[in-house]
Amino acid sequence: MFQTNSNISRKKPTYFREHQEALYKSLEDKHATVELDESDPLATRMTLNMGPQHPATHGVLRVLMELDGEVITKCRLDTGYLHRGIEKMAENKTYQEFMPYTDRMDYLSPYSNNVALCLAVEKIANIEVPERATYIRMICCELARISSHLLWLGTMIMDAGALSFFLWTFREREKLYDIFDEVAGHRFTVSHSRIGGVNNDFTPVAEEKIRKFVREFPDELRGWHKILDRNRIFVDRNNGVGAIGHEEGIAIGLAGPSLRATGIAYDIRTFEPYMLYDQMDFMVPTRTEGDNLARYYCRMEEMAESVSIIEQCFEKMPKKGPIRVDDAKKSYPSKDEVYYSMEGLIHDFMMTDTGVCPPAGAESYHAIEAPKGELGFYIQSDGTGHPWRLKIKSPSFSNLQGLETILDGEMVADTVVVIGGLDPVMGDSDK
Amino acid sequence: MNTEIRDNLLHGIREFMGDDLLEMNVDYVHPLVRIKRDRLLDACRFLKNTLHFIYLNEIIGTDRFTSDDRFEVIYHLISLRNRQRLFLKVRVEEENPVLPSVTDIWKSANWNEREVFDMFGIRFDGHPDLRRIFLPEDFKYYPLRKEFPLLGVPGSLEMPTSTPDHD
Repeated sequence: MFQTNSNISRKKPTYFREHQEALYKSLEDKHATVELDESDPLATRMTLNMGPQHPATHGVLRVLMELDGEVITKCRLDTGYLHRGIEKMAENKTYQEFMPYTDRMDYLSPYSNNVALCLAVEKIANIEVPERATYIRMICCELARISSHLLWLGTMIMDAGALSFFLWTFREREKLYDIFDEVAGHRFTVSHSRIGGVNNDFTPVAEEKIRKFVREFPDELRGWHKILDRNRIFVDRNNGVGAIGHEEGIAIGLAGPSLRATGIAYDIRTFEPYMLYDQMDFMVPTRTEGDNLARYYCRMEEMAESVSIIEQCFEKMPKKGPIRVDDAKKSYPSKDEVYYSMEGLIHDFMMTDTGVCPPAGAESYHAIEAPKGELGFYIQSDGTGHPWRLKIKSPSFSNLQGLETILDGEMVADTVVVIGGLDPVMGDSDK
Repeated sequence: MNTEIRDNLLHGIREFMGDDLLEMNVDYVHPLVRIKRDRLLDACRFLKNTLHFIYLNEIIGTDRFTSDDRFEVIYHLISLRNRQRLFLKVRVEEENPVLPSVTDIWKSANWNEREVFDMFGIRFDGHPDLRRIFLPEDFKYYPLRKEFPLLGVPGSLEMPTSTPDHD
């Protein structure tokens, strides 16, 4: 039995040999003390490989850990299993054509991604969006935030050991899917936003559904708070786990709720208000502990704030109005025009063929506060309908980088809870 | 966005960099500053320690596809105190694309530099662990360079030759 111990820790995968060798080497050469053989008769030191196909890593994340007993002495992340080359694809598509691809980045909150891209293109191409469209976008973005946080809540608590919670949060998520189905015609990958506005207005049914959800959701949230906030098992499992200070948090570039849980109130909605967030009255929930419990509180409070933002949007939203800019050079014409007028058809064709052309040599950056943190698009234009370079700043990438530092010195059993608490989405991180 | 603070910052940068400041514009709200490559570390330290850009958000690589100074690396910095973003650019030539690493200044540069290396093949001197981040080490190309075909290079990645059922 003991003979195989060294084999267990040293057995390396054979596939993509160079890659594996480099990865294991990187794990080995930082601390000279790591030795895997004779000097360690009880074999307490070992290398543990977790993922890429592990249900608790929330996708295809691979974590290599150097263990000393149960403590992680060092860890390396291997990402890229979901790398699709989204940025390369963007360079070969028009801006509008690329928009559906953003659904597949952070697939837990597709609406935010669509809006982020559209806002970035609108900024560089100088397009004004009608007010009603902006409100529709804001409402749906906040719904997407709730939807994403609901999935985080379900899976994170499932990682901490409570299985039934997942069903409860998914019951609420199902309502959101229904809403998106009614609003956009798709349940999951909505692709509802357009450059210059949105595809279609809210139907009365959709509006009623959202209002109903907003009315009922705070009750659910209160119920969850009641179950979790003073739940001994949950608190013990999360309190002090994966803790990180604010200085370290900034140094390793955490984003979103994970950064706010360390005490930095960095939220793009207030840092650099986009859309109409400067007219909204909301709080940015922060905590100072920086551990998993703090992240839990931040996200739970954010959901409550989102509900309040949606209510305010409904109050301030103009009852009627255009939902897409009425300029054939900047946005798609409405279907009425396309079907019944020659010009409409030509414009529709031109938009599909060439699309929006920002000025040559322009470079701009626009970010929104996606559920997971700052989601930004850096666009360089060469004057054609395709971006010359489109760089995605994805929040999960930043958070995963932090995970390497956060996991240092944690217990191996806490890995899944910490990953659950950081809420990475590999589609977002791997691009 | 407070333009007065921004102008003060830009003034500070202009004074510090002198002739090494090659380009500066604020066309789209956020300032873009291009400097000479040799002064990169110098400028980064100045931006972090004096102007309080303590948060490195991302590092962007671009392929300009020109014969001189082909690549451009853009450092996206945030000053939380002044509520400012700054984009700091340097250019790298094609033959020997090497830049000094800024991981000592901002720890979060680690993965971002690896990403730029992975996508464009720009190496960072002094990086603690410069490996490819998304693609496997066995891959010999840099996919975001303009000459890399959209459909990829056939045979460049080892694919499974058998299904789990037949070994």
